Amino acid sequence: MSDTLEVSVETPVEPRSPAIAPGRGERSEVSPAAGRTLRMESRRLNFSYGPKQALWDISLQIPEKTVTAFIGPSGCGKSTYLRCLNRMNDIIPDTRVEGEVLLDGRDIYATGMDVVDLRRRVGMVFQKSNPFPKSIADNVAYGLKINGLGSRSEIPDRVEQALRRSALWEEVKDRLDTSAMGLSGGQQQRLCIARALAVEPEVLLMDEPCSALDPIATTKVEELIYELKRDYTIVIVTHNMQQAARVSELTAFFMLGRLVEHDRTEKIFTNPGQKITEDYITGRFG
Amino acid sequence: MNRTARRKFTSGLVVALCGAAVVLALVPLFFVFAYVISKGFSSLNWDFFTKAPKPVGEAGGGMANAMIGTLILIGIASAVAVPVGVIAGVYLSEYGKKKFATLVRFTADVLNGVPSIVIGIFAYGLAVLPVKHFSALAGGLALGFMMIPIITRTTEELLNLVPGSLREGALALGATRARAAFSVMVPAALPGIMTGILVALARIAGETAPLLFTAFNNRFFTTRLDQPISSLPVQIYTYAVAPYEDWHRQAWAGALVLVAFVFTFSVLARVVTRRLERMHRT
Repeated sequence: MSDTLEVSVETPVEPRSPAIAPGRGERSEVSPAAGRTLRMESRRLNFSYGPKQALWDISLQIPEKTVTAFIGPSGCGKSTYLRCLNRMNDIIPDTRVEGEVLLDGRDIYATGMDVVDLRRRVGMVFQKSNPFPKSIADNVAYGLKINGLGSRSEIPDRVEQALRRSALWEEVKDRLDTSAMGLSGGQQQRLCIARALAVEPEVLLMDEPCSALDPIATTKVEELIYELKRDYTIVIVTHNMQQAARVSELTAFFMLGRLVEHDRTEKIFTNPGQKITEDYITGRFG
Repeated sequence: MNRTARRKFTSGLVVALCGAAVVLALVPLFFVFAYVISKGFSSLNWDFFTKAPKPVGEAGGGMANAMIGTLILIGIASAVAVPVGVIAGVYLSEYGKKKFATLVRFTADVLNGVPSIVIGIFAYGLAVLPVKHFSALAGGLALGFMMIPIITRTTEELLNLVPGSLREGALALGATRARAAFSVMVPAALPGIMTGILVALARIAGETAPLLFTAFNNRFFTTRLDQPISSLPVQIYTYAVAPYEDWHRQAWAGALVLVAFVFTFSVLARVVTRRLERMHRT
């Protein structure tokens, strides 16, 4: 007990606390992604906002057609890391990236990488649903139009497909031309998912997609994630431990800008390799 | 108890002062309207809206040429100022963290404060001197220069009110920065931008000084852009300072029409804003 107390008091304050220091064989075991086709991978990724370093040496593998969950206390860098995967951090001035992020084996930070194409291939759903103030159909069609995907006559079909895949079609099919702002919060979030799916990304990044939703809407989005992983590689940041346990196969635990542990979800939640992970998932801090 | 009473009294006093200030602000407006209507309404007739001025010394005629002229001048001004102003506003809002943007912002504010007669002189040097004659084009240009800073600043301010999450959403779908700005941010801010444009129009519709030596005046009916053209404010001015009783009456009528013009723009601004906003919401 005294042991626990020490950890919970010390870790959040001291960045180089021994509690998360390597030593216990940092990723000494085989990567949990071993034996699977990798979709994305980061190698020794460092990231800083101005003088403040936010990510330290993150090496992580994301296998295809699985759900990988990122958990960790607020400010631990999981969202920052997620946004590194489609270079959304580029738009924040005065940031620096070191290391590599590979998508299908190619470094997305290499010169000559087309950011616009990258973001088409690695889609993103945000914490707060952000439908455009346009009609429902135009929201879904937006990505198709700007990327020149599909002819004018194909667009309605693709819009329907995307809305079906995000389980929203039945609810909106009679009012595709009305404003997306009139949808409920949960519907708006599923619309944003449909919008991201319409451009047929390979990877879907979700940054706490349910944090602003009520339990029923959350269940719907979770069911949707479960469905989608058959075709997509999904990475989800969540503050909700149960959600990580329910939807993901792999879980990565972040702490103070470092990757503490990355393993099969059931292993993380039943038999974590690090003491601090256990403390976090059992709610002793965070 | 005593303290509560005092606080209540202070509160009541402040509310009363606010009310008094509102009344004071509205009184001049009310009197202007009342005076212009009482003086001008009796001189309004069909001829006034359909005829050009009669030769000096002859009674009758109207200001149709000036009304058309004002509309043409406003049209030219908008054609110049709306694209420039909106695009500059987008620049300031989307890329406006740099030094150059600060300079642009400052310049726009200064330009906004430049006396309109000075703007007129500038347009005179730019568009009248080289061709050696007054023209509607020069007048429209002068008015356009006055509109640009207003539109630029309102566009910027309204774009800043659009949540940045929309921009991120567009970028995450593979939009380029410019695409995101013009296909998502500007449409989201459109109701406000339209209001800004209409307010700018209302503001310049009544300008006299910049037109005096650019568009000049014209007693005949014309729609040619390379010729001097009449406008309501200049016509009112010319008639008001002339020694003829009939012209004075016509000047009042012209003033009434001008006020109605500006009023229409303001109402239009409201209606358009409301209409567009409703479209955005549900």
